[in-house]
Amino acid sequence: MTQASDTMAPAAQTRTVRLVYFAWVRERVGRAEEQVELPAEVATVLDLVRWLKARDEGYAAAFADETLVRAAINQTHVKPGTSLDGAREIAFFPPMTGG
Amino acid sequence: MTPTIRIQREDFDLAAEIATLSGGRRDIGAVVSFTGLCRDEGGTLAALELEHYPGMAEAEIARVAEEAAARWPLLGLLAIHRFGRVAPGEQIVLVIATSAHRRAAFEAADFMMDYLKTRAPFWKREHLADGTTGGWVEAKGEDDDAARRWE
Repeated sequence: MTQASDTMAPAAQTRTVRLVYFAWVRERVGRAEEQVELPAEVATVLDLVRWLKARDEGYAAAFADETLVRAAINQTHVKPGTSLDGAREIAFFPPMTGG
Repeated sequence: MTPTIRIQREDFDLAAEIATLSGGRRDIGAVVSFTGLCRDEGGTLAALELEHYPGMAEAEIARVAEEAAARWPLLGLLAIHRFGRVAPGEQIVLVIATSAHRRAAFEAADFMMDYLKTRAPFWKREHLADGTTGGWVEAKGEDDDAARRWE
């Protein structure tokens, strides 16, 4: 996956991103989407998961197993260590069961 | 060759899709299709509800299709995945690959299904025959194993 190099944005600034949730992650979180201001110290997908878990028990239940929930940035699959630089839409969802 | 990707609530017609891919052409020697249906799981299942991630579902299947087109000499490639409520016996997914020779078409269709199952953002929930809502279908390790065959 390619990471957008956003050289215009100062490093230590809050960013507004859209979070979207699907299937049982959506049900446990209690909403399908939301806008959040990310603090500067939330740099990676895993940082975001841990930040969300601390918000309330719904998020804590959704992300109880940090390695199970999958993530996408700007509609492309990413890994827990992926940087949030350039992220506009971040999605969290269970392992996929289509087909 | 531009793959055709459709995400839709409506059913699809295999014969019509093959006719569209192969009509008016004389270079195609092989058409391989896979159709996935909803099972009733021994009479216990009333329907599957398919949730998807609009936008990413199309984009991810398109990325898988591009990979298939890069790996095999395909003349045509189509994937249709339905969302919403699907009853037992109804169709859920269709993949068609066309090529000059059968091997490429077989392998590309197989690859498309393996990757589509593990990468396309769709989730199935069960509605049971006794009227209750069942759980979300769990991902199978064997699907991940099948996808890894192509690495």
